Amino acid sequence: MQKIYVDHAATTPVHPEAAEAVMDILQNNFGNPSSIHQHGRQARKQLDEAREKLASSIGAVPDEIILTSSGTEADNLAIVGYVHANKQKGNHIITTKVEHHAVLHTCEKLERDGFSVTYLPVDKDGRVNPEEVEASITDETTLITIMHGNNEVGTIQPVTAIAAIAHNYGIAFHTDAVQSYGLIDIDVKSIPVTMMTVSSHKINGPKGAALLYTEKGTKLTPSVTGGEQERKRRAGTENLPAVAGFAVAAVLAQKDMQNHYKLYGQLSEHFITSLTKNEVPFEVNGSNQNKLPHILNIFLPGIDVESSLVQLDMAGISASSGSACTAGSVEPSHVLQAMFHDDQRASSSIRFSFGLDNTFEDVEYIAKEIKRIMNR
Amino acid sequence: MVYLDNSATTKPWTEVLDTFYKAASSYYGNPSSLHHPGLEAETLMQKARESLASLLHTKPEELVYTSGGTESNNLAIKGIAMKHRDRGQHLVTSTVEHPSVKEAFLELESFGFDVTYVPVDARGRIDPEEVENAVREDTTLVSIIHVNNEIGTIQPIEEIGRRLARYPKLYFHTDHVQGAAHVPLDLSQSFVDLCTISGHKFHGLKGTGALYTKQGVYLSSLFHGGTQEQAARAGTENVPGIVAMSKALRMSREKQSDDKGRLSSLKEYLMERLQKIDGAIVNTPIYGSAPHIINVSFPEMKPEVLVQELTRHSIHVSTKSACSSKLQEPSAVIKAAGLGEKRAASAIRISFSFDTTQEEIDRLLAVLNSNVPEMQKVMGEKK
Repeated sequence: MQKIYVDHAATTPVHPEAAEAVMDILQNNFGNPSSIHQHGRQARKQLDEAREKLASSIGAVPDEIILTSSGTEADNLAIVGYVHANKQKGNHIITTKVEHHAVLHTCEKLERDGFSVTYLPVDKDGRVNPEEVEASITDETTLITIMHGNNEVGTIQPVTAIAAIAHNYGIAFHTDAVQSYGLIDIDVKSIPVTMMTVSSHKINGPKGAALLYTEKGTKLTPSVTGGEQERKRRAGTENLPAVAGFAVAAVLAQKDMQNHYKLYGQLSEHFITSLTKNEVPFEVNGSNQNKLPHILNIFLPGIDVESSLVQLDMAGISASSGSACTAGSVEPSHVLQAMFHDDQRASSSIRFSFGLDNTFEDVEYIAKEIKRIMNR
Repeated sequence: MVYLDNSATTKPWTEVLDTFYKAASSYYGNPSSLHHPGLEAETLMQKARESLASLLHTKPEELVYTSGGTESNNLAIKGIAMKHRDRGQHLVTSTVEHPSVKEAFLELESFGFDVTYVPVDARGRIDPEEVENAVREDTTLVSIIHVNNEIGTIQPIEEIGRRLARYPKLYFHTDHVQGAAHVPLDLSQSFVDLCTISGHKFHGLKGTGALYTKQGVYLSSLFHGGTQEQAARAGTENVPGIVAMSKALRMSREKQSDDKGRLSSLKEYLMERLQKIDGAIVNTPIYGSAPHIINVSFPEMKPEVLVQELTRHSIHVSTKSACSSKLQEPSAVIKAAGLGEKRAASAIRISFSFDTTQEEIDRLLAVLNSNVPEMQKVMGEKK
């Protein structure tokens, strides 16, 4: 049986070179980067080098990179850490209805703690209107957190415009760039973002590593306290092997960015053509223009997403109904709900997300299997 | 190369690395995904959880995976304090905790919590009665380190737990990071509600840890998002790291049972000989301490100089906790034990692993014996 993994938005296989970097550190450089002896200093050196590579991939300086254990942790640190450290300035946060749960649930938690949160709507493409962002700013607003590329439908938000608005009002702007990093060139100095989240295991790096870019001078209350690591913003022994693998994956992703962008776009197009050829009735959920090329969310009228995914799985195809973090739940996607206000559509849509190993034959095979499922 | 800083971090065992590599390359799915790669990763993680649970004598669902000891300690302390703050805002800990515990309590103090710091005796040991005496009507949490990371003193966790069990409204947490491999607690018998372990301290990988959370104990999470780890800790699980941690603890148990007290004898051997070096004072108590940590002061010397000198001979020790070793401050633990500023400012820590040999200890002793008298003389003249 074929094995086709098209769930790269959930997680990706580790690139062999990244795996090699991880293993190399594990075997040859196990020191604690905070130790002052030779082992520690050697580990520190490697950590600095990895941090440097990660920083330069987004146009930041190494001191602006806080290493964390996951994208979720980085999102939490950005949001909770910023609003708590800047409480005296106000208690209002602006976000959207289509954020990842690491952002949404964090904002909901802050509401319970007395903060006020505006959840902006999106249009049918899943895009938020920058004018609405500006209109929702109050004297109390301290933070705007809006994702870069959506993890379920791939829609890219107008972050440049939003960043400019935030900048004009002197409000901090955080963006979750977990899905777009590696496919879209992001320079934190040309887009004035205050904070940005990037995760390793979504770009063929190992799990257990992520970063939060934090513009110099940004005040943050740490979530995890203890030692003096990460300039006192995130305590805990640094996960050097994973960070080294993360850096290698980041460099590889940067190097091949244009090729990947093109390939995934072609795969998406070919998939759509194949569905049409097979006379599958479908609609694409998301934007045509402002879209990440590797995520394709498709509405297949009449199907039940749960059972279709099981049937695809039995045919060797690993896809998903949305975010992996909520894939276990039966609730329809909050992103599709926000876009279409339609339960039916939300529970008849499947997300396909492409990665390094996917081929044109793969998407043809998937289209045929979908046809087979829909004919049942 | 003689690595004697195993309390800072340990070298991952080859078998552990093999397990990690296999999991990372063959089980890359996101365990929350419903398709095959996801289910396979989830099944593997579940097996690892069961294995870890059986080693710690807990139920699998009582283990929350985290990114390490610091996160586990923060989750336990802030999580309990914040969750139960309506019931009370008094917390109890000791004066000899790891920075990740100490800083968590300092932060809670800044939120208005009241914290009692129970003192220790000259051996660095806490009197269980004093812990009990510190408990008030509004106490919600007691957190006491198990094996001290700087001087190796073992705290009477079971006895403290037994006493605290009479106060059903409070929770008892212990930082078991240094004890997990060498002085394992049986969590089914320890009257502990929450317990921290860290993978890279027992030849597992950095970036892995767990918090035992007894069934029925609820805490506020540090990270919000997905519903991983029964919603106690959001974020994609580090499956390969988690599997490697189980493997590492299993191997630690095997090594410990094969070791048959060898490390304890080696510790006594080293302590006896250290005491004979002119100007050396051993801070680790001979009884009631872990078999792998020996702390010694050279009051006439700067500890960094000695660490560097040993490094020159390819012997690696540390001054104190790696998390704070860059700070030139004296050891808070030795000060808390009342051993004086001078001893606190001149301590070095030697920490073993199961793989430490007699020859390695003899090499350390040879360098100390031949260099310390001369170095002390030079430093004395400089004064």
